[in-house]
Amino acid sequence: MSDTTHSRGPADDAAAATGRPETSSLRIILTLGVAGVMAGLLLVFVFQATQPTILAYKAKMLKLAVEEVLQGPDSYLTLYLVDGALTAELLAGSEEDAYEQIYMGLDAAGKVTGIAAAHSRPGFQEHVKVIFGFDPSDGRMMGMKVLESKETPGLGDKIEKDEEFVAQFTRALAPLEAVKKGRGDGDPHQVDIITGATISSRCVVDVINEAYARWNPLVEQMQGATRP
Amino acid sequence: MRETTSTQDLVRGIWRENPVLIQMLGLCPALAVTNSVANSLAMGGATMFVLCGSSLFISLLKKFIPHEVRISTYILVIATFVTVADMVLEAGFPTLHKALGAFIALIVVNCMILGRQEAFASKRPVGRALLDAVGTGLGFQIALLMMGGVREILGAGTFLEMPLFGPNFEPWVVMILPPGGFLTLGFWLLGLSWYQERRKKAARDQGASQDSNAEGRAA
Repeated sequence: MSDTTHSRGPADDAAAATGRPETSSLRIILTLGVAGVMAGLLLVFVFQATQPTILAYKAKMLKLAVEEVLQGPDSYLTLYLVDGALTAELLAGSEEDAYEQIYMGLDAAGKVTGIAAAHSRPGFQEHVKVIFGFDPSDGRMMGMKVLESKETPGLGDKIEKDEEFVAQFTRALAPLEAVKKGRGDGDPHQVDIITGATISSRCVVDVINEAYARWNPLVEQMQGATRP
Repeated sequence: MRETTSTQDLVRGIWRENPVLIQMLGLCPALAVTNSVANSLAMGGATMFVLCGSSLFISLLKKFIPHEVRISTYILVIATFVTVADMVLEAGFPTLHKALGAFIALIVVNCMILGRQEAFASKRPVGRALLDAVGTGLGFQIALLMMGGVREILGAGTFLEMPLFGPNFEPWVVMILPPGGFLTLGFWLLGLSWYQERRKKAARDQGASQDSNAEGRAA
């Protein structure tokens, strides 16, 4: 800070100390007001220019994730949780983001092939957010993808990068049971956890169990209601 | 006020008054987001944008800003540019934006930027203020790359995600974790001050033997 010539006192003393005429309150308010309005206008403009791209990217990433964990369905429906029941259609005028959502994969004939849901729980660092797909007829996992995680690079982040670990979530049956590698007895509910990422991989299993226990009854209830 | 030439305005921030390595400003982003070269580049670029934008505006508007509320006005201008950078990055480079997370928004509190406004841009013509902003921004970028380069090469065995060492390299994961940031910065600062000490000593020795030339060489 070689350019700072001298330190100045608080605003009240500034006039006396430097011989600077005191600025009127009106001018101060006007300056800050005008600056604030200009800044606001600029931000509104930039927001409007960038928001469509940001939303389109988020929607695209979500679509890719849903299709991945449902093993590429022909189409999928978004289901909303409204008043404790799942529905595919919202009342006109309601905000879709105001409701919790899950996704229902359909084959070409319109038969349900799987349900995808996103959920999060505290991992080793911060919340780990996972999206996973399951077949509602038998509770078989169809896929798992970590959406957000700050797990330790090289250790906890193996929950995303360890292909063997991720692949288990295409065959295990819910509810899952986490077992140490090599300690399982072939039970299809068992998932081998990763050495060095025990907390993180248990977290993934817990996330899925929690979300499965919550959503599967709702899905069954909805299917029961729509069946003739 | 010490007068400087335009070249000095530009070059000063790059090395002799480097914000991170010499002035120790902006250490928070320099430690937090330099775990890869790509992140360093993005953070340096965003900071450069904010620095140039705010220096330009504040130098242009210096006559209209009352002395009593100058800091609030500077922060308002800086925060506006940071928000613009945040939104543009999110739209244009979503993966980088995700990697940098909250640290983009935290550029507002990088005291290097406010420091340049208070010490320089608010007292100089627009051209000089911009030169100074570019110089300081480049210096910041260089420091971030010095951190990010070392940390990515040692911590992941890659440079800009290109593998460097073949499959048998065991990455020093600690280097891309927070402790690695402190270690890297510490070693850089140690190395630099060792180098400066050595130069000073060399200049002193030379001065003792041949008085007449000493000043010219030391400078």
